[in-house]
Amino acid sequence: MSEKDSANAYWKTNLRIITWSLVIWALVSFGFGILLRPLIAGIKVGGTDLGFWFAQQGSILVFLALIFFYAWRMNRLDRQHGLGEE
Amino acid sequence: MDQFVINLIFVGASFALYIGIAIWARAGSTSEFYAAGRGVHPVTNGMATAADWMSAASFISMAGLIAFVGYDNSSFLMGWTGGYVLLALLLAPYLRKFGKFTVSEFIGDRFYSQTARMVAVICLIVASTTYVIGQMTGVGVAFGRFLEVDNTTGLLIGACVVFAYAVFGGMKGVTYTQVAQYVVLITAYTIPAIFISLQLTGNPVPALGLFGDHQASGEPLLAKLDQIVRELGFAEYTAHHADTINMVLFTLSLMIGTAGLPHVIMRFFTVPKVADARWSAGWALVFIALLYLTAPAVGAMARLNISELMWPEGPQGQAVSVETIETDEKYDWMATWQKTGLLGWEDKNGDGRIQYYNDTSPDMKARAEAEGWQGNELTNFNRDILVLANPEIANLPGWVIGLIAAGGLAAALSTAAGLLLAISSAVSHDLIKGAINPGISEKGELLSARLAMALAIVVATYLGLNPPGFAAQTVALAFGLAAASIFPALMMGIFSTRINNTGAVAGMLAGLVTTLVYIFLHKGWFFIPGTNSFTDADPLLFTVKSTSFGAIGAAINFATAYIVAGMTKEPPEEIRQLVESVRVPRGAGAATDH
Repeated sequence: MSEKDSANAYWKTNLRIITWSLVIWALVSFGFGILLRPLIAGIKVGGTDLGFWFAQQGSILVFLALIFFYAWRMNRLDRQHGLGEE
Repeated sequence: MDQFVINLIFVGASFALYIGIAIWARAGSTSEFYAAGRGVHPVTNGMATAADWMSAASFISMAGLIAFVGYDNSSFLMGWTGGYVLLALLLAPYLRKFGKFTVSEFIGDRFYSQTARMVAVICLIVASTTYVIGQMTGVGVAFGRFLEVDNTTGLLIGACVVFAYAVFGGMKGVTYTQVAQYVVLITAYTIPAIFISLQLTGNPVPALGLFGDHQASGEPLLAKLDQIVRELGFAEYTAHHADTINMVLFTLSLMIGTAGLPHVIMRFFTVPKVADARWSAGWALVFIALLYLTAPAVGAMARLNISELMWPEGPQGQAVSVETIETDEKYDWMATWQKTGLLGWEDKNGDGRIQYYNDTSPDMKARAEAEGWQGNELTNFNRDILVLANPEIANLPGWVIGLIAAGGLAAALSTAAGLLLAISSAVSHDLIKGAINPGISEKGELLSARLAMALAIVVATYLGLNPPGFAAQTVALAFGLAAASIFPALMMGIFSTRINNTGAVAGMLAGLVTTLVYIFLHKGWFFIPGTNSFTDADPLLFTVKSTSFGAIGAAINFATAYIVAGMTKEPPEEIRQLVESVRVPRGAGAATDH
């Protein structure tokens, strides 16, 4: 595989990882936290419902997990494609 | 010991610590001043970023806004943390690979245009100045309370301290000072929260206590809070009342704005490697999350405490008497805060009691008439005082109160000074040296930097006296401006090879101007009170408040850039190569300035 193809494949994979990460990012905040809150309102969490928990706690915890996952995944991808820093 | 003396000791000691570290760390390394963070571990860099980022808005203002509104203000929590995901995935690694020091330099090079660079500088100055106004509001509250003077005097004294702090300058660049500020800030925020959570729920972790049981009644804390505020005619704490479209747009504006603010982005330019830029964003969010996971608990618990203090027999019993407020030491905080002019009460019906309820609620009408109430008597409760007053409200020991004063000042001063430095370097370095007068002497550049800083603080102080909103709301406007102007340009610069110089300039201008005009229409032209044509209660566009317009401004920016770029010449080949090289980490090397 030429260097250019490798860079293209790397970028495509990166875009796919970003897209999925952002889907989850939107789902836990705009989704569970706001728009989908009525759908999960039946699940009770300490005096309120799961949507409230996602809006004030859960979304932040998922954001953290997403960033660390992305860093780990991309650093691995760098090495796989030989595009990491020396 | 007198509370004033305790506050003085805590604030004085924290300042001595920062200055001490600045002097110690400064010796032998002037390069640190410019490239704070290079060669610094991602964890340390993350902590410094967190201190830089968390300002008066996060520390002083946010929990108060959540406390008095409840669920609907969750936007602040999701918005100001969710932006880090965008930053980590869409900007940080690529800007680090690019390897320059400022945002406007990237925009100028990527869009091969001096005009683009200048437009970016103007966008940065507008957003940063708005941000400083919000900080000054917070500084005024903190100094007013700490020096026991009225809010205006507090603000003027605070402005002088911020100015001195920013001119002293070097402290800002030193990462270890910021680490110390973070430690002071987070300790000050968490300790009172832990005490209060223990008092109310028996759980030492506030974020868990929020969903725990209220010990006095045995009911879940949030259910108890909902019940009390409902009985006083207020909107239920956990329920969704806000307009959904506005809430989504507001959250999105804060997220995009986070990823478009220069002083945050800059921190990722200077980490040693691209991989570190990715980790650094994560560590920054870890340290930010420690405060953000606690803030909703602080808000809810303070609201409960205040309601119970005002209605010691419960909402159905008798309200607290004026005599109790004046004599019982549990109510001392009301007198201290009254001095700042940010808290006020008035026995309107002369029954010797202070009824705190929602006098606009139709549900309260019958009871108010039956008991002869003539309106809510807790007439003024500035949202920005809540966090600082919280330890006093919960009757915590004096040293906790001193600690929170030091923490609030650390948060407001570090961010305000950082922003002033960003503004002054944008004016002197990018605007004057880069465009107006390239032959300016180093002395002249330094002088113009100082003048720009002085001008910015005068403007911010003047507008801070009549702020367009509570600290966090004003800061939200700054995020809207950054969201509409900078973020789209950066993102298109990395993810599209087709956007050219004309497209980027047209996009940034369209985003900035529409957002700025929308804000001015609602908050007054140049934030001068009384010159607005609309209010946020009855906005121009559907239900979109001025704080939420940033997301629409960003969409306008993207659309304009794509249309204009599509109609004009493609970028040259070397720009395509630049974009492709930015996308892979290999060959990053050290960040270089010019």
